[in-house]
Amino acid sequence: MRFVDEFRDPEIIHRTAEELKRQVDPTRHYRFMEVCGGHTHAIYRFGLKDVLPSNIELIHGPGCPVCVLPMGRIDDGLSMAKDRQVVFAAFGDMMRVPGTTGSPLEHKARGADVRIVYSPSDALKLARTNPDKQVMFFAIGFETTAPSTALTLMRARAEGIKNFSVFCNHVTIIPAIRAILDSPDMRLDAFIGPGHVSTVIGCRPYEWIALHERKPVVVSGFEPLDMLQSILMILRQLNAGEARIENQYKRVVPWEGNSAALKAMAEVFQLRPYFEWRGLGFISQSALKIRDEYAEWDAEHRFHIPGIRVTDPKAAQCGEVLKGVLKPAQCKLFGCECTPEHPVGALMVSTEGSCAAYYNYEHRKAMVMNIAPAA
Amino acid sequence: MCLAIPGKVVELVPGSPNLGTVEVVGVRRKVDLGLLVNDMPVPGDWVLIHVGFAMSKISEADALDQMRTLAMLGEVDQAMQEIQGYGLGDVGEHEKPN
Repeated sequence: MRFVDEFRDPEIIHRTAEELKRQVDPTRHYRFMEVCGGHTHAIYRFGLKDVLPSNIELIHGPGCPVCVLPMGRIDDGLSMAKDRQVVFAAFGDMMRVPGTTGSPLEHKARGADVRIVYSPSDALKLARTNPDKQVMFFAIGFETTAPSTALTLMRARAEGIKNFSVFCNHVTIIPAIRAILDSPDMRLDAFIGPGHVSTVIGCRPYEWIALHERKPVVVSGFEPLDMLQSILMILRQLNAGEARIENQYKRVVPWEGNSAALKAMAEVFQLRPYFEWRGLGFISQSALKIRDEYAEWDAEHRFHIPGIRVTDPKAAQCGEVLKGVLKPAQCKLFGCECTPEHPVGALMVSTEGSCAAYYNYEHRKAMVMNIAPAA
Repeated sequence: MCLAIPGKVVELVPGSPNLGTVEVVGVRRKVDLGLLVNDMPVPGDWVLIHVGFAMSKISEADALDQMRTLAMLGEVDQAMQEIQGYGLGDVGEHEKPN
């Protein structure tokens, strides 16, 4: 397999960009939200802003799992790791996310048994191979990731593995979109729908956005051409006065989603009455809780969880950036106290966080060119 | 977190109904096929892998495009690290990417 470090079909990219220019109304300012953190990363990495007409503004949405996790939940998770019999297992993305007493990696340096896993199955394997330890998997992610945790819990129960538990922080995308639409300081014209979340939930869960909010949603792939085509599909809808759900990423996303994945989630999880999101506050029915049938494998049952609530550092404006009210560079800490090397907020940790993406591409580019980055 | 890695199913693991051996750029790992039970992949099929689980079947052309996207995003190293990190086991067979 040979990779090319260039856009596929530059000619088609060029033609699509030209068509975008023809479709935009120059008297109008468009605000489209890309919901998924993977899209945010792609937009900066590919420099899509340079290709788009200047009156199309892309607003970065809440779809980066580590970014929306409130600091208190990280503290809660780390509180379990104080017990030296407990193995704290989490994805690599979590390792540098700051809690009030440091990140998981810093806790590891102080002696906690913190391990990176690449799959929930690997955390279960750790439990099998360390029968004298309690392995706690710190689960994060949207509907893309939750089915894998669900299957892992089903296996743990089927095999009767008693020294394994999950600290469930899975969240669901639809209530977050609803909270953003309800936010009085937010005006959006359309959504670029998340690609991989939609492989699980399909396209139907977005229908209310078109029906009741009269805003188009186009589920999009991650290549530059995918994203340009999705934006073009949105513009065509807006110009025709329509609001529909369209699927640009048909090659991967089935309209009805993945029924086996949805079934596994329904078997293991139920909705929490409410859950706190960083920047968005408490949102009703926006997160998953492990069902009573699986309580034995629920870390919130097995361990005492302090239920810590932490206010974000006052100077950091993660909340406003997360809601799309502020651009990353408009935060007071951006690029000085808060950098990818020394992150203050989670948005600067993950490559899918808008601050890290902006810093790594726009800010560094501006520094090299010795010009001030555009806000 | 949104990273999805394309791989080719080379074998269903005998005795483990939901495990398959998948090859990603010459590296073979076991991945969980349990989320595709309604349309179980067979050897030769391409799948997108997320956190050790195959999440959808895709065409070979789309798999190559996805790998190209990862390359453009600068995430191939991270993807390979993830694939090699799956503790479900490597199959001990490494081929040079061509």
